[in-house]
Amino acid sequence: MNEKYAAITRDGLWNNNVVFAQMLALCPTLAVTSSATNGVGMGLATTAVLVLSNVIISSVRELVSPEVRIPVYIVLIATLVTLVDMSLNAWAHELYKVLGLFIALIVVNCAILGRAESFASKNGMADSALDGLMMGLGFTASLVLIGGVREIFGSGTLFSNAHLLLGPAFAFLETTVVPEYKGFLLMILPPGGFMVVGLLLAAKRVLDQRRAARVALVAQEA
Amino acid sequence: MNLEELRGKLSYQGILLGGVALLTSAALAFASRATEADIKAAEAADLKQSLSQVLPGEYENDLLKDTVTLPGKEGEVLVYRARRAGKVEAVVYRVTGHGYAGKIVCVMGVSSAGKVLGVRVLSHKETPGLGDKIEPAKADWIHSFEGKYLGDPPLEKWAVKKDGGIFDQFAGATITPRGVVNAVKGGLEFFDASKAQLLDEAGGVK
Repeated sequence: MNEKYAAITRDGLWNNNVVFAQMLALCPTLAVTSSATNGVGMGLATTAVLVLSNVIISSVRELVSPEVRIPVYIVLIATLVTLVDMSLNAWAHELYKVLGLFIALIVVNCAILGRAESFASKNGMADSALDGLMMGLGFTASLVLIGGVREIFGSGTLFSNAHLLLGPAFAFLETTVVPEYKGFLLMILPPGGFMVVGLLLAAKRVLDQRRAARVALVAQEA
Repeated sequence: MNLEELRGKLSYQGILLGGVALLTSAALAFASRATEADIKAAEAADLKQSLSQVLPGEYENDLLKDTVTLPGKEGEVLVYRARRAGKVEAVVYRVTGHGYAGKIVCVMGVSSAGKVLGVRVLSHKETPGLGDKIEPAKADWIHSFEGKYLGDPPLEKWAVKKDGGIFDQFAGATITPRGVVNAVKGGLEFFDASKAQLLDEAGGVK
């Protein structure tokens, strides 16, 4: 049992990472990762929706006919996102002013439908909740990494404006990496996003291949 | 009949889709009613906060309730009025400039004497790192309008330095500050043209 949870965790965080393995959700990824703080915001909002949608869809999976599952999932996810959007706007308005932009973008995030289709529709509620959480955290980590790289090269800072998103307690995260940096606009604009995603993707492949080669070597010797 | 067989039936699928649509719309309708008042209150508080940024000092009336709508160059302008001792001391309204990448929406406060009290950018799509220095969080530039009026600087000097005016442009971005300067200048011309109605004490009080 524990092994299964460990596998779900590894899948979400690394092996089957939303951005770097499934190559899903690239549109919101490229759009918001101009800074690491934006990555945190988008990642956390997506994680919350992903956990909820996975739980709901896994709880109704027995009732849904396979032939009409896609429209049912889409309606459920869209409703969920709208509900989150309205409740945040009404009862957590300060948070909404920061995350509002990201929540609207979650509707077009195909990673949510992807997880509903490939995991929640086939697994129990607890497993699906964990899958949503881990996929979400893996997504968040990817966004923070991409955003961090773009921010350091683009504006010479890291986690700027973190206090607006996470509260004054997190102001310590805001660092100026390169003082008096004039900025490198390309990295902030969409082309920079493509470049960073591409380079990080290549780096992950290299790491994975090296690890596979090591495992093969050990198997050979044994 | 078990669930497996049932799921294959066309009628079941139709009812399922209809049921899901009904349930989700009911949930949305309920949530919309439950959140409506709170969202309105929060948005009013936001508006008040953005108004108070361009209106230093205390005023006795509720700005959101003391408004007049007047014709401007680009459609009608909704004006909020701030009073002390019953007299209109300042007015606040939106002006729109044309930047490098679309509209720049600003809110400006003007005293009854026609002086700019403050300008803030509400929304823009300018290039991050170049044109976004119009935001007070990124640079002090937007404060350079404070205390200015048509006459100081003279009308022809209401432009960025590149165009022979007195306002700074940014390195690599001239169109953005030009758009904001033009918007503020247009706002002051609107004030001059509609001064009588704007400062009319009776009108607009609810």
